[in-house]
Amino acid sequence: MDYIGNTDAQRQEMLKATGAASIDELFEDIPAALRAHAFDLPPGMSEMEVRTRLERLAKNNAVDLVLFLGGGFYDHYVPSAADAILQRGEFYTAYTPYQPEASQGTLQAIYEFQTALCRLTGMEVANASLYDGGTALFEAAMMALRITGRNKIILDSGVSPIYRNMLYCYTSNLNIEFVEVPVYNGRTRRDVVAQRLDEDTAAIIIQNPNFFGFVDDLSDVVEMVHRVGGLAIMCFYPISLGLLKTPGEMGVDVAVGEGQSIGLPLSFGGPYLGLMATRKEYQRQMPGRLVGATTDREGRRGFVLTLQTREQHIRREKATSNICTNSALCALAALTYLTLVGKEGIREVARLCADKAAYASQRLDAIPGVQVSRDAPFFNEFVCKLPADAGDVVGHMVEKGFAAGFPLGRYYPGMERHLLVALTERRTKEEIGAFAEALEGVL
Amino acid sequence: MRPEDCLYTQEHEWLHKEGNEATVGITDYAVSQLGGITFVELPEEGQRVGKGEPMASVESVKAVSDICAPASGTISAVNTALADEPQLIDEGPYEGGWICKIVLEEQGELEELMDAEAYRKHVEALPE
Amino acid sequence: MRVIFEKSTPGRRGVGFPPSDVPAHAVLPPECLRATRAELPEVSELEAVRHFTRLSQRNFSVDTNFYPLGSCTMKYNPKFCEVVARLEGFSQLHPLLPQLRRGGMLTQGALGVLYETARLLCEITGMAQFTMQPLAGAHGELTGAMIIAAYHRQQGKRKTRVIIPDSAHGTNPASAAIAGYEVVVAPTGDRGVLDAQTVEELLSDEVAALMLTCPNTLGLFNSQIREIADLIHGVDGLMYYDGANLNALLGRARPGDMGFDVVHLNLHKTFGAPHGGGGPGAGPVGVVERLAPFLPTSVVEKRSDGTYSLQYDRKDSIGYVAPFYGSFGVIVRAYAYLLLLGGDCLKSVSGNAVLNANYVLARLKDHYEVAFDRRCMHEFVLSASRQARMGVKALDVAKGLLDRGIHPPTVYFPQTVPEALMIEPTETESKETLDAFVAAMIEIARLAEQDPDALHEAPTQTPVGRLDEVAAARNQDTSYTPPAPPVEQ
Repeated sequence: MDYIGNTDAQRQEMLKATGAASIDELFEDIPAALRAHAFDLPPGMSEMEVRTRLERLAKNNAVDLVLFLGGGFYDHYVPSAADAILQRGEFYTAYTPYQPEASQGTLQAIYEFQTALCRLTGMEVANASLYDGGTALFEAAMMALRITGRNKIILDSGVSPIYRNMLYCYTSNLNIEFVEVPVYNGRTRRDVVAQRLDEDTAAIIIQNPNFFGFVDDLSDVVEMVHRVGGLAIMCFYPISLGLLKTPGEMGVDVAVGEGQSIGLPLSFGGPYLGLMATRKEYQRQMPGRLVGATTDREGRRGFVLTLQTREQHIRREKATSNICTNSALCALAALTYLTLVGKEGIREVARLCADKAAYASQRLDAIPGVQVSRDAPFFNEFVCKLPADAGDVVGHMVEKGFAAGFPLGRYYPGMERHLLVALTERRTKEEIGAFAEALEGVL
Repeated sequence: MRPEDCLYTQEHEWLHKEGNEATVGITDYAVSQLGGITFVELPEEGQRVGKGEPMASVESVKAVSDICAPASGTISAVNTALADEPQLIDEGPYEGGWICKIVLEEQGELEELMDAEAYRKHVEALPE
Repeated sequence: MRVIFEKSTPGRRGVGFPPSDVPAHAVLPPECLRATRAELPEVSELEAVRHFTRLSQRNFSVDTNFYPLGSCTMKYNPKFCEVVARLEGFSQLHPLLPQLRRGGMLTQGALGVLYETARLLCEITGMAQFTMQPLAGAHGELTGAMIIAAYHRQQGKRKTRVIIPDSAHGTNPASAAIAGYEVVVAPTGDRGVLDAQTVEELLSDEVAALMLTCPNTLGLFNSQIREIADLIHGVDGLMYYDGANLNALLGRARPGDMGFDVVHLNLHKTFGAPHGGGGPGAGPVGVVERLAPFLPTSVVEKRSDGTYSLQYDRKDSIGYVAPFYGSFGVIVRAYAYLLLLGGDCLKSVSGNAVLNANYVLARLKDHYEVAFDRRCMHEFVLSASRQARMGVKALDVAKGLLDRGIHPPTVYFPQTVPEALMIEPTETESKETLDAFVAAMIEIARLAEQDPDALHEAPTQTPVGRLDEVAAARNQDTSYTPPAPPVEQ
């Protein structure tokens, strides 16, 4: 099946117009020696056949496990209307809105997305989104280097190890000094941060809630980095901002995050949505697309891509970033989610997540040998210490139908018995009870 | 500033000499080519600039252009109004749209610049 | 149209959540809580649906309009691919599952999709191995450039430069610069392609790679490609293939056979995945055997028993370019498309894409100047410079097309052609659609001669007319602020 519109007769007619005798003749610029011979590919199939094959593959994935697994990627409920809107072909089969008069739908949606993100984070200006949270963090780090002209970055180890790995990968060809600060009792070590901060510090990168789920007021850390002329970059979890103090309220300079939790399916790791917001004064140093409001000749409100001179298609090798697109459709998903959930709903979802985590932590704490870490308050995810290797326990829990959490030993040596457990509004009291019983059973 | 009293570079900067100091800006031709200045990156007062070195930039919706120092010297004043009102350059590139003042190091450098008549011919010869 | 925030009414809501069923209340310290509420919209589901449906109707899209945007390959996106990407077994799958002990067995179907898609792409491009991780074309470029840097570093060679033709996409130089390279710009030759001789002149031991789009953005295939590859390989440089235009070569020629060492593909261009209004995309990267050790972590492998696993233990890998395994949802769509197409239809895709482009070129070349008057591949570049002399620029032609219900070609690119109009019809369009486009273009050329002002006013049929971009850049209104309430006297 090739979705080709023309008939043989039309092709003949068109060939005549081109003056070529055959389609193959149109390829004569390709030297004969370079023309590929036979391809070792399966023959084409009908929709029915492909569907059967893909349904079989889809069934060969354990999506029936009850998820207590998070790690920055969560099983939140997506209202049906959000996906219905995403399925409008006018949205998903359009290109980047280079012709504003023909792209007002996409452009206005991005403007509304930017607005919603500013209101959620308490920041002044948000871009049209980036690929994912990790690439957004890398771009934020690059921004700090450009703004300060310095090359040292202090990295809190409570920042997602997945993102720290990405950061190290992207900067391997650049001259950047990273200093990791250990987490103690779940919190950012102020004393160590104070020692490491100096006049070469471009930025500190912190996360709230941190990878262990702990919540903190990091205003003082932000102040510390500001005192040496550096920037504060914070990774945030958008759902948590229904309740928690915002990056804006803490005085953060660049806020970045993964937008999966607000309206995107887990989808085995992508496509996701990189969120980025900053202060107005740093807007020009911010990478990625930006939509601005303006008017047409008749005074009608309209939207355009603005400050495009920062971007690769004008600046080429001098661009602030090589990213030439955003995750427009994912940003639309986030916008429809935030619209449907609304001002009241975002607080409710956050509250449900936190309450269910509080309840689950009580249930797990009651299991002999299990100890929930209460060094600091947590939001929807918490650490519990098990009397056995967390990796083994998770393996046994799979057999009972649970994805029990994330064994922290994978990224934090010495924490082999620690399990990171996540709750969302979707987990019921009954599921939590069954989870606690199953865990007690396997220990 | 009257355009006929200014000296010019091939890259469309103008310079108006006032004793050992000079005011610098971009020409109306440069403005017409850029079409709507949206942002000006200004030099800093006290900064030393060498002739031909980029010292500021102007941005339109289409492009970013460097502004190079027409002569060597030290920046003695900056038109800070441009930070909030870049359109001052469109409205009057020789008046409210001046960019900075430079205390000249070598008056001899000015001899390499064009006078108004030579600059007019230079612009006419440019392809459309 | 009013923004959603202007349609808000306090107390209204679009979705409800069940009351909490747990007897617990999380106690969070007050200093950790936000002081004010997030002022998100308060609308009913109907209002939301109507708002976004109306917004969608203010877009041009492939589903509604001919969209011959050059180098973007705006082909039809089969509905089937949307359906399969939403199968719960894929969409609800947590990406950390395979990182649990023996967790790979929990996601065999998904790993199978990744492995099989990569295998098909290897065969199509002539590469030895693919990573599916890069999240977009430009992301693929950066990944490719980092692989090249890692390779030369291991060889103990100091390579600092990357050659890129002047007709390249802006992302090429941006990606090379971000990977730490100095960019050397190579001018386009008389025939519209990069000459081997130009490459020879720019060659030095410092050259790490040549980044090339082939056919290039002018829609021309470089017949000297093998020669150029030999030159680059002669200084131990690598050949980078930007796959933006692979649609022209599907089933006919492979970058690997031409001497390319690294390839990035755009699944959202060539392989039927939608563009999403500017993302998300997917930009998998393929490499020849000797570069395979440097591919990002992790890599999907097939065991002898037919099961799949993720390989993390890779000492030479450049590391982690994505949080997980790529834009999985986009990859599923492309995999479905590839299975539908099969080996037999690849050739008809490229054949019809190239025929459609040549047909439109033949019909228009008496009405507009042609950048290079020769046969093209899947796209070609016209110049509106003849019309510009009458005061009608490429932008005016573009706006005139909008009034005729057609999305304009890419304008002002490549930058080497004045008043450029870059046209890529794609294979899925019918002769009737192409004829309507040709008629519109001819009508616009005629108007340029007879009534140029009519085109300066265009578009008049779209929801808004030409917008004041200068004001947008000056005012920087990038987030909605409600007007201040009137002050009471």
